[in-house]
Amino acid sequence: MHMSESADHKTAPMMAPATGDWSPDMIRQEVAHLQHQPGALLPILHAIQGRIGYVPEGAVPIIAEMLQQTRADIHGVISFYHHFRTRQSGSNVLEVCRAEACQARGGRALERYVQEKLGVGYHETTADNEFTLEPVYCLGNCACGPSIRVNDEIIGRVTPQKFDQLADKLTTSVLQLK
Amino acid sequence: MTTTIYVPCDTTALSLGADRVAQQLQQAAAQQNVGIRLVRNGSRGLFWLEPLVEVQTPYGRVAYGPVEPDQVEELVAAGLFEGNPDHPLYLGDIVQHSYLQRQQRLTFARIGITDPVCIEDYIAHGGFAGVKKAAALTPQGIVDEVKASGLRGRGGAAFPAGIKWQTVLNEPQNQQKYVVCNADEGDSGTFADRLVMECDPYMLIEGMTIAGLAVGATLGFIYVRSEYLLSKKMLDEAIRRAEALGYLGDNVCGNGRTFRLEVRLGAGAYICGEETSLLESLEGKRGLVRSKPPLPAIKGLFGQPTVVNNVLSLAAVPYIMAHGGKAYADYGMGRSLGTLPIQLAGNIKQGGLIELAFGVTLRKVLEDFGDGTFTGRPMKAVQVGGPLMAYMPESQWDTPMDYEAFAKLGAGIGHGGVVVFDDTVDMGEQARFAMEFCSVESCGKCTPCRIGSVRGVEVIDRIRAGDNRDNNLMLLEELCDTMVDGSLCAMGGMTPFPVQSVMKYFPEDLMASPRPVEA
Repeated sequence: MHMSESADHKTAPMMAPATGDWSPDMIRQEVAHLQHQPGALLPILHAIQGRIGYVPEGAVPIIAEMLQQTRADIHGVISFYHHFRTRQSGSNVLEVCRAEACQARGGRALERYVQEKLGVGYHETTADNEFTLEPVYCLGNCACGPSIRVNDEIIGRVTPQKFDQLADKLTTSVLQLK
Repeated sequence: MTTTIYVPCDTTALSLGADRVAQQLQQAAAQQNVGIRLVRNGSRGLFWLEPLVEVQTPYGRVAYGPVEPDQVEELVAAGLFEGNPDHPLYLGDIVQHSYLQRQQRLTFARIGITDPVCIEDYIAHGGFAGVKKAAALTPQGIVDEVKASGLRGRGGAAFPAGIKWQTVLNEPQNQQKYVVCNADEGDSGTFADRLVMECDPYMLIEGMTIAGLAVGATLGFIYVRSEYLLSKKMLDEAIRRAEALGYLGDNVCGNGRTFRLEVRLGAGAYICGEETSLLESLEGKRGLVRSKPPLPAIKGLFGQPTVVNNVLSLAAVPYIMAHGGKAYADYGMGRSLGTLPIQLAGNIKQGGLIELAFGVTLRKVLEDFGDGTFTGRPMKAVQVGGPLMAYMPESQWDTPMDYEAFAKLGAGIGHGGVVVFDDTVDMGEQARFAMEFCSVESCGKCTPCRIGSVRGVEVIDRIRAGDNRDNNLMLLEELCDTMVDGSLCAMGGMTPFPVQSVMKYFPEDLMASPRPVEA
């Protein structure tokens, strides 16, 4: 009845070559811990991403089977929400606010500066794997923009100089300037 | 003797270094052998003054701000621990500041004063008076009080809260009902929900509990956007403490009724601020908008009768219950009663939270509170109500903040965000962004929104490139009409509003080539 019934646990790691950062048991633990809540899927995906850093493709059949939903259902939810990622990010996730209140305070110029400085576009990771750059549409810091978020920290009134200091602090090696 | 020092812990204060300020203060106190009690209070909402440090003196609290972490040493040397006024950052009693004196803070009466998760602080400042009154009333009695207040949904749609509650109350009682708080505050320029959750979380808990008692719901969910991790943390802790003291649980305020709360995180989807999309998301699905009817009040979360209200609507309820619906309705004008938490943001010198009775003009907000732009240049346009609302030219700034007055102009108050732009703004780019944002955030269920927004970006690009301009302008007009008339929800239905306002009031920018953005 469910597509997931054909997915036995042994095949899961084969779908996404094991990178050593997760195991099917990890996924099963997170699902088992939360699956009895009503509407458990988002909490489960948050828990998996919180633990592993992303939601591995191989987690999909495991979640599907345990929740008695189709793999398409699970994949559809993961791909709908910007927050969920299916690949490991760089050491730091850097989100730059693109929304209007930050635009009004030089947000567009900051976006451009950050992209040039890091040498990547949105949804990309720097070659040294230090930063994954993502857009964000509002961090709720709208009177003190432009704002960025680095991992769980939000920083306001970001200037190019302030960004450089921050990037230097976060990188173990010196950034390659273009 | 121990001196009490306050350093705010909300996102804005933290984004400007409040944690480091707090650390520096502790180090300085240790070095000088001064005993201090450091309280991490909420923000007062005067964001240009953050981090705002307050010191308890025998004469009351005195403030210094904005305090940069590396200024702490110098401030301490100048007598900060004694509240010495001889420093340029000294502000005195912040309550006397004109920015606060000119406000009518009913909902935000406590923010910045208390430690957000300290339940004793909350109670000492009037907290839980509303739910105690509600617990002694019949469900109909509670709903009647909310109706008398004239409270309308503060999320943007402005639907009367009392009528929504009545609809849920009228559904048969022998079934599960829910209260859902929409805390997916995604509109750029808004932060009032965040301030409630980070700075006064018990107020939201109290408002939701009252809603639960009113309609017969035993379970509530707070759907917090994933960008607001601090809000979730504060709410989780506050819920834990409220349960421990019997304000939530199986015997709310000793009246024998049950109400529990759970916080759920969104996952970065603007559309989930639309109530039916939010319900889908809470059910563990893609956030696709549902067709209405059925109304969520009749078939909402998991198909059950559900009250879905915005944070600010629910946060207004404790005041209404404690002081009576009439006391709240005495503020405001016309059919816009009570107070509106205005969030002044963008390119503005004095941005922050401004709670005022409905009816104040936009110009008064900009002039009395804003004190000009951050860049010092003239203002050109103001976007009120979030990314789906019109850009207003100066000729419209004398409009009173009133749902009906704004609607007459084709504008809206939305969630109360006011984003200011100076004269360097390229309004053509703002129109394009409105369409682009919709193309990124559309749920994809209906065609006018999903495809229309992509076409919108393309047509605007052609207009700006001078490619067959007149025909493309006509096409853009028609596209906007199609989206307004044919979309399933406000996302596609209102995305054209900022675009149309640019076509009407800033056509010269739309016709001009895009200005280069320098990094």
